[in-house]
Amino acid sequence: MKEYDLVIIGGGSAGLSSAIGAYDEGLRSILIIEKDKFLGGILLQCIHNGFGLEVFKSELTGPEYAFRLEEMVKSRNINLLNNTIVTSIDNDKIIKCINDLDGIIEIKAKAIICSTGAMERTKEAINIPGDRPNGVLTAGLAQKYMNIDGYLIGKRIFILGSGDIGLIMAKRMTLEGANVIGVAEIMPYSNGLSRNIVQCLHDFNIPLYLKHTVKKIIGKANLERIIISKVDDDFNYIDGTDIEIECDALLLSVGLIPYNPLLEKLNIIIDPITKGPVVNSHYETSIKGIFACGNGLHVHDLVDNVTKESMIAGKYAAKYVNEQVNINDSFKMESGKMISYVLPQIGFVNEEVEVSFRVKTPLENKYIEIYQNDAIIKRVKKNFLLPSEMVRIHFSTSSNSVIRIGVSDA
Amino acid sequence: MPDLICIVCPRGCKLHVENDVVTGNMCPRGIKYGLDEVNNPMRLFTSTVSVLNGMINRVPVKSDRYIPKNSVFDLINEIRKVEIKAPVYINQIIIENCLGLCNIIATRNIMKRG
Repeated sequence: MKEYDLVIIGGGSAGLSSAIGAYDEGLRSILIIEKDKFLGGILLQCIHNGFGLEVFKSELTGPEYAFRLEEMVKSRNINLLNNTIVTSIDNDKIIKCINDLDGIIEIKAKAIICSTGAMERTKEAINIPGDRPNGVLTAGLAQKYMNIDGYLIGKRIFILGSGDIGLIMAKRMTLEGANVIGVAEIMPYSNGLSRNIVQCLHDFNIPLYLKHTVKKIIGKANLERIIISKVDDDFNYIDGTDIEIECDALLLSVGLIPYNPLLEKLNIIIDPITKGPVVNSHYETSIKGIFACGNGLHVHDLVDNVTKESMIAGKYAAKYVNEQVNINDSFKMESGKMISYVLPQIGFVNEEVEVSFRVKTPLENKYIEIYQNDAIIKRVKKNFLLPSEMVRIHFSTSSNSVIRIGVSDA
Repeated sequence: MPDLICIVCPRGCKLHVENDVVTGNMCPRGIKYGLDEVNNPMRLFTSTVSVLNGMINRVPVKSDRYIPKNSVFDLINEIRKVEIKAPVYINQIIIENCLGLCNIIATRNIMKRG
């Protein structure tokens, strides 16, 4: 059985960045296992620009960002196994995987990083009433068909959900000659970055219907039309607000869920809010030596944040292998009112913790406050906070009492 | 003039621009954004071009500089006419001086099939 110090499952932005982080911490026996032929993951289908402003200090497209990471990995002599899917990992860190050339392979690792990304929520996940015709698919799948394979999935398209992928596809399909009729968002605010609202919807006069959702899907074999309706504050349809829209494709951009089938089988502790594993500030899960990062851990807004987080995960995986981790007392972290989640869920005393979180609703002129033992240990002023934008704050403490992150008026 | 949302920072000020006077901005950067958006809005152009005999059938491309917003459909029509043979390399010029606006360059390596 082949043995490596560190095996990284998933060769997208998180996996590649964690490999770089581990190598630069001194680890030399590293393997990345990727199910696709190419490294880069979802970046490869995100052909638009706007990536890398923080990490690479330039405005890159998704494939260019992936290329930069891939070059950094290749220059570091890190082992790659592509076209290979991992079927299981066990508590002894034996990884079972399959590919065309070798059949079933077993690999032993001292540490594992799970960077398996996220899945899009599907129509099954949100239970839209009506028929089940062809033409209803997730925005990311439509993006793959469009940008990798070169197929436009419809001519009259409606989009449910204002997530960034949906907005970007609205622009992309308009450029390629489709008529994008509109975008419906159930919340009273958009879930996408404002840059995308402007450059994807406003630029092409595509209407955004806030507080609207798809009430019914109609079509025998293929999608024929949908009914959208306005909703009240409790998300109930409002009578008399139905609009019938003829369309041949309905794209869903209704969120991502961390994808962790390998970790779930190990009975690792999963956070009910993030849907990813519970981790400490070393990005280590509830099983020692198994780490997680990227969208498989929690859903990110920017790939730069994935890269930074994953490099830290890689660094601590290397420290774990080299037995260089000092385990200090730990403390739990909780989200206060107005905060949807905090990550990591566990920190260590006298060590810098980088905490990521999101707010539940758009907020203005607030203090982000970190409380411990009923005292504020750090306060940061924020003029604006949006649920679509992740906030990251650094702090350290010498007490092992629970940390709570909250928001107060500035 | 129609109202704009400023995208310089996450605040998203609602700008109103009339006779080259910007209102609704909370900081000076909003003035520049508002005037540029009204007088000369520029965008980066991204799309894909057909590849022959490549490991995948499309190569992603971009304009090598910002181009006027209203020229994106003209550029789309130009790149539709093009088919390129694999291998294609990142930063390779796919169309030189396209419509006098920019070069269209590849943003990914596409190796030959097989």
